[in-house]
This record gives sequence, C-alpha cells and structure tokens, in this order.
Amino acid sequence: MNQLHLNQEDQAMLNGEQGPAVQMAMQILVRMAEIANAAELIDIAGAHIDSTVYIGEAGLEYAEKLASLGAKVKVPTSLNVSGMDEHHWQEWAVPREWAEKAHRQMVAYQSMGTIPMWTCAPYQTDMRPKFGQQIAWGESNAISFANSVIGARTERYPDLFDICCAITGRAPAIGLHLTENRAGKILFTLKDIPLEVQQSEEFYPILGHLLGKIALDQIPVIDGIQFMPDEDRLKALCAAAASSGVVALIHIVGVTPEAPTLSAAFQGHAPAQFFDVSMPTLRQARRELTQAEGEELDMVVLGSPHFSIAEYKQLSALVKGKEKHTSVKFLVTSSRIMTEAAKRFGFLEDIQRFGAQVTLDTCILTTPMLPAEIKRLMTNSAKFAYYSPGLLNREVTFGNLIDCVNSAVAGKVIRDETIWKE
Amino acid sequence: MERIIQAKTVVAGNVDGITLVSNEPLSFWGGYDWKTGEIIDRRHSLSGQIAAQRILCIPFARGSSTTTAVLLEAIRNKTAPAAIITTETDFFFALASVVADVLYQTPIPLFAIAQSDFDALASELFILIQDGKIHIKA
Repeated sequence: MNQLHLNQEDQAMLNGEQGPAVQMAMQILVRMAEIANAAELIDIAGAHIDSTVYIGEAGLEYAEKLASLGAKVKVPTSLNVSGMDEHHWQEWAVPREWAEKAHRQMVAYQSMGTIPMWTCAPYQTDMRPKFGQQIAWGESNAISFANSVIGARTERYPDLFDICCAITGRAPAIGLHLTENRAGKILFTLKDIPLEVQQSEEFYPILGHLLGKIALDQIPVIDGIQFMPDEDRLKALCAAAASSGVVALIHIVGVTPEAPTLSAAFQGHAPAQFFDVSMPTLRQARRELTQAEGEELDMVVLGSPHFSIAEYKQLSALVKGKEKHTSVKFLVTSSRIMTEAAKRFGFLEDIQRFGAQVTLDTCILTTPMLPAEIKRLMTNSAKFAYYSPGLLNREVTFGNLIDCVNSAVAGKVIRDETIWKE
Repeated sequence: MERIIQAKTVVAGNVDGITLVSNEPLSFWGGYDWKTGEIIDRRHSLSGQIAAQRILCIPFARGSSTTTAVLLEAIRNKTAPAAIITTETDFFFALASVVADVLYQTPIPLFAIAQSDFDALASELFILIQDGKIHIKA
C-alpha cells in the first residue's frame, strides 16, 4: 500500500489556492490516485477529453459546474467527439432537445481553453503525442493507439477524469505511465495465416476483436506478422481490441516502437499465457462481428474511428464513377480537419457524387441520428459492429471496404468470401 | 447459515440487496441502459437483466472509457446498482462513485474481493455488506 505523496503545488491546488475549479479537479484526482494506490502524481504533456460525449444530465451538470467555476486546461488538450454534428444535425433524426443539451456540453468544454477538434482520432492530427511522452487520454481507441503505435504513455482514463488531469496538468503515477507495467503478458502467435489474409483490410479489425476477447485486460504481444501494416490498419486493430476487451496497449513484434524484438516486448520476461491465432479462430472472430442474418441492407456506416485522409482517398478511388443504390444510405463519419483536407484533394467530390453523406464531430454511436426505418447496417469497423446491436438496437454485418461499396451499389449485402473459405 | 467474505473497500458504504453475478466483464457504454438499469449488451450473459438496486458482481469494466459517464447518469437517475463487487479495484466504477459524491453527495459503495471468493458467488443471494464484510445468507 502506497502513501500518496503530493508536492507543494499539488497541495496548493488541493487547498484551493488556484481557484475552485482546480480545487474540484484536484480533489477528484487525489481521491482516485489513492484508490489506484499511486505513490505520486506526474506532469503530463497533453490531454484528450472524452467527457465531451453527451450521455445525459449528470455529464452535462459536471461540465457546466467545472466551466462555471472558471476551469482552464494547463496543457494542450484536444476534444473527442461530441453528441452532435454542430452544423448538420438537422439533416438527421437528432431530437432538438438532445441537440441543445449536447451543444451546451460542447460549449462548456470549449470554454476551458481546449482545442475543439471533435475527433476520436486525435493521433492523426497535429495534436499527435510523441514517443515516451506522459499524457492523459480518454477514448478507448485513442488510448490504445497512443500507447501501442506511438509509444506515448497514458493509463486507460475514463470520461470525467481526463478533464481533471487537463485542468491540473497532473496524472497519477499508475499503470501504463510506468515502464514496468508496459511489458507484454500474452503471446499471440500467427499460425499458418496466409499472406493474402494478412494483407487484407479486414484482417486487422478481426484480429483486434479476437485479441480483446482473449486478452481482456492483459497486454497482448502479436508475433508472426509478415506484412507491414499501415497506420489505418493499426487504428482498426486498436479500436477493435479496445471494444471487445480492455486492451490499452498492444505490442506487435517488428512493428510497434516498444517491440523491436519478442524479448523487448516482454521486457525480458516469459509470456504468462500463449494463444495461437489460426484461420479457424479468425473465422470465428469474423462471424462474431456479424449478428445480422440475410442480405437486407438499409445503410453502410464507415468511420469508427474517424476516417483519415488516406481512407478518404481509398474510398474515393473505389466509388469513382459509381452510384449507390437508392434504397441504401451511405455514411462516412470523420473530423472537420480530415474532411476539409479530403475536399481540397478532390476526394470528397467523388464520394458525394456516389451518394454518400458525411457527418462531422460525432458518430452514429454518440448521437441519435439514425432514423427509425434504418434497421440493418453494414460496416468495416469492428467497433461499430461491436456496439451497434446494444447501443443502437440495429442489426449489423461486418465486411471490408470493398464489400461495403459493392453492397451499397447492389442494395443488398455482398461479401467476398474468397480468403475466408475453409 | 451465514458465510462472511472479507472485501477490500474501494468506496465505503453499508448496503444490502440481491446479487446479480457474471464472470464476464461489462462495458456500461453499450452495455447498461441508464434510463432503466437494464443490461443491454446482447453478447453478455446478463443481457436483459435489470441491475438497478441490485448488488452487481462482475470482474471489472470492459471496453469503452464512457462506462464511467453512463454509471454516473444511472446514479443520478437512481437506476444504478446498489453496490458493485469486482475482483480488483475498478478505476472506472470508482470514478463514477467519487464524482457522484462530489456532485450529488450520493456515492455508491464499491468492493473488491479475491477471485476465489468471487467464483463462489451466485445470483439471487441476499447479501448484507457492513464495514467491508460481505454477509451471505444461505
């Protein structure tokens, strides 16, 4: 059992010497640091705030209380998705009362001197942290990406806590902030996974789903990757594993920065557990991501995490000269920054001509935008596939990006099964 | 007959109620309807159960970092579990309880118990928690 040590400035903040907002944030920080058995608090270089997601009155009251006490962040702080697309919510089924409250929550967090990017993929903007930096991030996919792909250090922070760290510039010295807690625990070895499967776009979200389910809160290490994945594949992996499990850090031998070798990934220790990733286990994970039956399709949803410029480019090439079926809606969710860039490069024009719509600032999981007649979804995102049945009460089919485009054109679910055949 | 389990107190409080137990972790975001207290993760073994006012026993919170915000709404709405028992200190649940204390002075009690004690729990038991001790009436 550690006794939490507070330095002079921590103590001053706790005593209210820097105002009531800092005091409230520090009170929560200190109580949580004690619960988490931290020995001390550490400085952070930045924060990402997931508390922006509007859930209900309590979250709004919390935000407005901090704002009314004059809260200001002490470190560069980006904002996660909000509960609405600020400028286009009326094009969808968002109730006015929801929009008004979600907007109040946006205003409250914006008033704290934060950077209103409204994206769940802040790591693909200029707010991207650096290797080794201590940060306090919310949003499970972003936490996993920052730790795994960048090698920045954040514990898996929940909503409401991230903002306390930003306001005080401090975080408890616990979990993934500390080197010794970043060693791998479970070794996932790819066994006879054909290169064409490893190169496929859906390999990473499917692998992530499997990883999360098996690893739960243990740090997984993946060995046997023969094809260097691009960043959007790693993004899909991290988001999937953080949905089906509690995975906040994944090492991939030869790919991620803290895993140049197998031994480095485990910090010289032996794995506590082993798991062979075989084609049957991947097929099973792929099946689990689809809970809809039959070919009926109402809407394709892409962009969880938010679409990057590379994904916009890929989609625009796939849909160029095509038109989606009139009975199917097609939605991309992304950030203002990425979408503005996609517009400048001409990608957006092809996508809109195809009949797709774009929603900014939010996603289908965090704003009640889907009309009631939309019942069957298709997506290439394991995170959307994982959460849609429970959160949205919608049936979902998982497929790759090409499957999604082909299905939208045909007006029914089409999936290329070639690489998944037994 | 009464069995007593020694728990680690995460957030203090004396409480009694009927247990609702699963060995699967749960994400409250997408897994818990704070308006009704129903568990709505259709892949979860407790799907369809109402956890409001029950003593919810799950190993830890899985997945989304929004779990805390959902639990806080449920506490404000009086649709939260009466208490939560986990196998290790769960930061996400603890924060919701601490913030509920700061905002509304209504924290919910949280306890962590050893895995072997957890494995011996079952749903529909009446339990009384007092001073960090869990009394199970057989």
